[in-house]
Amino acid sequence: MSMKISSRQVDGVTILDLGGRITLGEGSVQLRDSVRDLLAKGQKKILLNLGEVNYIDSSGIGELVSAYTTVRNQGGELKLLNLTRKVHDLLQITKLYTVFDVKDDEASAIAAYSRA
Amino acid sequence: MQVFGAAKYLPQRSKVMQSLDIFRSSKQTSPTGKLPVKKLHDGSEGQDLTDQRRITYTLDSSLDSVNKVEETAEQMARKAGVDEDEIFRISMAVREAAVNAVLHGNAYDPDKHMTASFEFTGSSLVIRICDEGKGLDPATLPDPLAPENLLRGSGRGIFLIRSFMDEVHFRQLHPGTELTLIKHLGTAPTGA
Repeated sequence: MSMKISSRQVDGVTILDLGGRITLGEGSVQLRDSVRDLLAKGQKKILLNLGEVNYIDSSGIGELVSAYTTVRNQGGELKLLNLTRKVHDLLQITKLYTVFDVKDDEASAIAAYSRA
Repeated sequence: MQVFGAAKYLPQRSKVMQSLDIFRSSKQTSPTGKLPVKKLHDGSEGQDLTDQRRITYTLDSSLDSVNKVEETAEQMARKAGVDEDEIFRISMAVREAAVNAVLHGNAYDPDKHMTASFEFTGSSLVIRICDEGKGLDPATLPDPLAPENLLRGSGRGIFLIRSFMDEVHFRQLHPGTELTLIKHLGTAPTGA
């Protein structure tokens, strides 16, 4: 039921591979803490790989938005990768799909980060 | 151990009424240390709850209760014969309603309960979620699609409920709020 999360580095971008459920409570808290930890370490290019996320509720959607704004406010970039159909549809319904920079290919996602 | 009776919360108009109303609760520590979580034992483990036309739970104000309500909605939607996408929409809408009741309504107050009833009329699924909070006026909720609200970290639950269900009704209780979610089914499933 809970969310799984792991991180890896590719060309200066931190990829968080998420799986399971991002919901009120544990999933949302894990995501928030992970993004905060990365920012605290100065890692501001963050790619959230949601390919294994099979469920997200309104709290999880809110957490994605908060992560996006938090990273942006600190001068970083947060992008989304590999949306499942359910997550894609939810972002469409909530008009957030065009807010996020959504990618479906890891290599092109990495290449899309600024090289400053 | 506390024993809670659901019967006092049930609407009187339903003739087909079965309730699973005995719950034994014991407190557990939240994994995050931030939210109260209670373990529920309702005596229903191993039963096919969807064989009943109406089920009512009276539950603690906890995330376990939210998960139980969501799972029951999924079971009933599956039994009603709707497709996987519709099962997802129904169970998510019900989850959002339960989160509202537990988080915004009862504010995780251990002395307050959420009542959830699931009714399968043969042509519709009717789910009622009640809390004992201070009440909710849906007219006061900000539009989450408005540009100024788009980047807010919360406020999308009721919007998603309305998006996924055919009818959504609010009723003020004293105290609390009753949220009725209705999904109309195309045809009456066999045996309904």
